[in-house]
Amino acid sequence: MNLLDVKNLTVSFDTPDGQVHAVSGIDFTLEEGDALAIVGESGSGKTQTVMALMGLLAENGTASGNAWFRGEDLMAMDAQELNRHRGTDIAMIFQDPMTSLNPYLNIEKQMTEVLMHHQDLSHREATEHAIEMLRAVRIPDPEQRIRQYPHEFSGGMRQRVMVAMGLLCEPDILIADEPTTALDVTVQAQISQLMAELRRQSRTAIVLITHDLGVVAGLCDRVLVMYAGEVVEYGTVEQIYYSPQHPYTQGLLDSVPRLDDVEDQSLHAIPGNPPNLLSLPKGCSFRSRCSKAFDACREKPALTELEGGQLARCHLVNRS
Amino acid sequence: MMHEHGILRHAAQRLLGVLPTMLLLITVVFFLVRVAPGGPFDSEKALPPEIQANLEAKYHLDEPLIQQYFRYLGQILVLDFGPSFQYKDWTVNELIAEGFPVSLTVGGLAMVLAFLVGTMIGITAAMKQNTPVDYSTMGFAMLGISIPNFVVAPLLILVFAVYAGWLPAGGWDWSVQRMVLPVITLALPMIAYVARLTRGSMIEVLHSNFIRTARAKGLPEKTVIRRHALKPAMLPVISFMGPATAGLITGSVVIERIYAIPGLGSYFVTGALNRDYTLVMGVVIFYGLLIILLNFIVDLLYAWLNPKIRYDEEY
Repeated sequence: MNLLDVKNLTVSFDTPDGQVHAVSGIDFTLEEGDALAIVGESGSGKTQTVMALMGLLAENGTASGNAWFRGEDLMAMDAQELNRHRGTDIAMIFQDPMTSLNPYLNIEKQMTEVLMHHQDLSHREATEHAIEMLRAVRIPDPEQRIRQYPHEFSGGMRQRVMVAMGLLCEPDILIADEPTTALDVTVQAQISQLMAELRRQSRTAIVLITHDLGVVAGLCDRVLVMYAGEVVEYGTVEQIYYSPQHPYTQGLLDSVPRLDDVEDQSLHAIPGNPPNLLSLPKGCSFRSRCSKAFDACREKPALTELEGGQLARCHLVNRS
Repeated sequence: MMHEHGILRHAAQRLLGVLPTMLLLITVVFFLVRVAPGGPFDSEKALPPEIQANLEAKYHLDEPLIQQYFRYLGQILVLDFGPSFQYKDWTVNELIAEGFPVSLTVGGLAMVLAFLVGTMIGITAAMKQNTPVDYSTMGFAMLGISIPNFVVAPLLILVFAVYAGWLPAGGWDWSVQRMVLPVITLALPMIAYVARLTRGSMIEVLHSNFIRTARAKGLPEKTVIRRHALKPAMLPVISFMGPATAGLITGSVVIERIYAIPGLGSYFVTGALNRDYTLVMGVVIFYGLLIILLNFIVDLLYAWLNPKIRYDEEY
């Protein structure tokens, strides 16, 4: 049995302008100790996918589909049932460490409450455990720092606290939603190294949401590329980096700035913007931005399995 | 960590800052009441000039204005507001000592009631945002804010005193029965205001990222509200409560008139109408001190609630 089996997950939002289809039916699975990256532009639905799993969608959002976690469907649970898993079996780290910690409570209160609630530890045991965890994410002087408030920490330190907090109950799955986006580059590297290390030490599976393909290479073994709420390509890190099949994936890889290529100093971008999720175009959703689009793209391509288990949603893979 | 020390130092600084504010207040009030036409001893029947002169001499009204001003400042320094011009044989200090405890009791109880009930309604409405519960409570709150005291009070008297006969219609003897109606009348619009304020700030806080984090931790919604959302949601309410409390405990003229309560509010108005210089000045200065004191308490509460404002050297 897979650790997590997501089937036909759909997320939509009711807005004054109509229904926004943020995620239109995606599937993926996760094994113990896996590290899956979900990549895509802003608005591709990657964050809403995991928010739906965690039951954290905004009030105007609805999700459907199944997400089997150890045989139980997360999507069928109400908040109360979800609370048996959230924070203990499945933990989440958010994008903005500056605002994701409660500025009115010190770190100790925010960390120990997880342990005291889920594992019935005493306050002293919980504090000791939290200090250990802070030490594991290499926060110096954890005995002192744990009594401080979030504003007394730098952005990188706060994200370390978030990582430590997420790992307190040794979750089966750690979801990290752009954990390094708000940080500067050196701190980004530290945080992703930290996550890679923690992954080696525990059996925790990681779902990493990012648009930074550099972070993906260092941390993950499989990649799911999303575009306009759909999976457009899926494969191992090697498959995606060395033989990307979908023009969108190729475009994403091309837009990573290359510092080693002296000849080519220009920045590549994918022309155009993602489609309006209020009214998705018929056919391939990437067609209007795709340099390789042809007649067949008026029909919606299916997700096709290629050699080595790689999947791509493009008519080109059928033609060759 | 120098929190306690920082707060004390901040308190001392704030208290020093009170002096110029008070001096300005005293000065403005002093000259303003003098500028108003008429005097304390004007009446329809003109007094004989000798008596008028005697009276003015007794209260030092014959001295040049600037001399009177410094004389008054000297009195204030020893917290002596002087004799009342109208209530013969009473000093202003005695009048305030007489009226303030009554106003403080009625206003203070109303404020406590408003805070407790208002925040509870506000939180409930925020948690059930955009449901019938929310709409109906906020509708009533709007009603509570828009209906003036002098309409609510007679209605309450009519229902509970005249028709039902459960409570006395007015008067004051420090008994609970006589407090109920005035306290409720004073509290109603405050409850409405606090409820709306609480609802708004609670909704805002519930949409913040750290609340999402708290939910992602798998904490029950009750804990999320109590532990994570309550403190920040209370901040705007507390800054409203400071000055509002000062307004209530110095007495509401309307309420005190309708319920025949011997509070401070009626002195203020009669003092102003009678050109009772010392009484008006005394009450205004007392009111000013209270506002400053209550704002100061709000400041301390803020520091206690919000770790970012701990008045340490670093900030």
